[in-house]
Amino acid sequence: MSTNIDVNQKEGNQSEIRYLTPPPIEVSNSKYCRFKKLGIKYIDYKDPDFLLRLVNEQGKLLPRRITGTSVKYQRKVAQAVKRSRHMALMPYVADLLK
Amino acid sequence: MNQYESMFILTPVLSDEQLREAVDRYRTLLKDNGCEVINDESWGLRKLAYPIQKKSTGFYQLFEFKADPAFIDQLELTYRRDERIIRFGTFRQDKHAIAYSEKRRTKLSGKS
Repeated sequence: MSTNIDVNQKEGNQSEIRYLTPPPIEVSNSKYCRFKKLGIKYIDYKDPDFLLRLVNEQGKLLPRRITGTSVKYQRKVAQAVKRSRHMALMPYVADLLK
Repeated sequence: MNQYESMFILTPVLSDEQLREAVDRYRTLLKDNGCEVINDESWGLRKLAYPIQKKSTGFYQLFEFKADPAFIDQLELTYRRDERIIRFGTFRQDKHAIAYSEKRRTKLSGKS
């Protein structure tokens, strides 16, 4: 990773290093799968309060890139949410205030 | 003999007596066909997330039982035929689901 530095001598010997390309700051709050971490093995479709946390304001499923869950548990979440929608525990489309 | 959990919603317009009779009908249906009923829960009148058949509340009933797969079609057939039931769902329980429901039952019975 070469950051070319343009060193120019300005007023006296105070050398002011100005980067041409801004240095990349790595933000590394690495996402983790909350189900693996908490050891949850089964996502129950019968308690909507827990499932509402995995759904956005319109009632749509949150994507993996935001929640960071692994593929296996994302499928279980999707199945549980669809089942609870079918059983009218959760709305299909909503402007539910989170 | 797999383990299933079956849940259905009854229309709220029924009287208490009709409600009890409807639920008992399915209890006896399960027993007659050699199902081992493990859990029998009724959540009572509950608000639906969206109106079904122009009704916004429903009477929820949940059964957890062991049965052979052939019986499930028969059960769902009777669900469809019964016009008091506005929504039903039967799901098979894998080993994680069974463990979870046991834990949930002990927690519920412990509390209530």
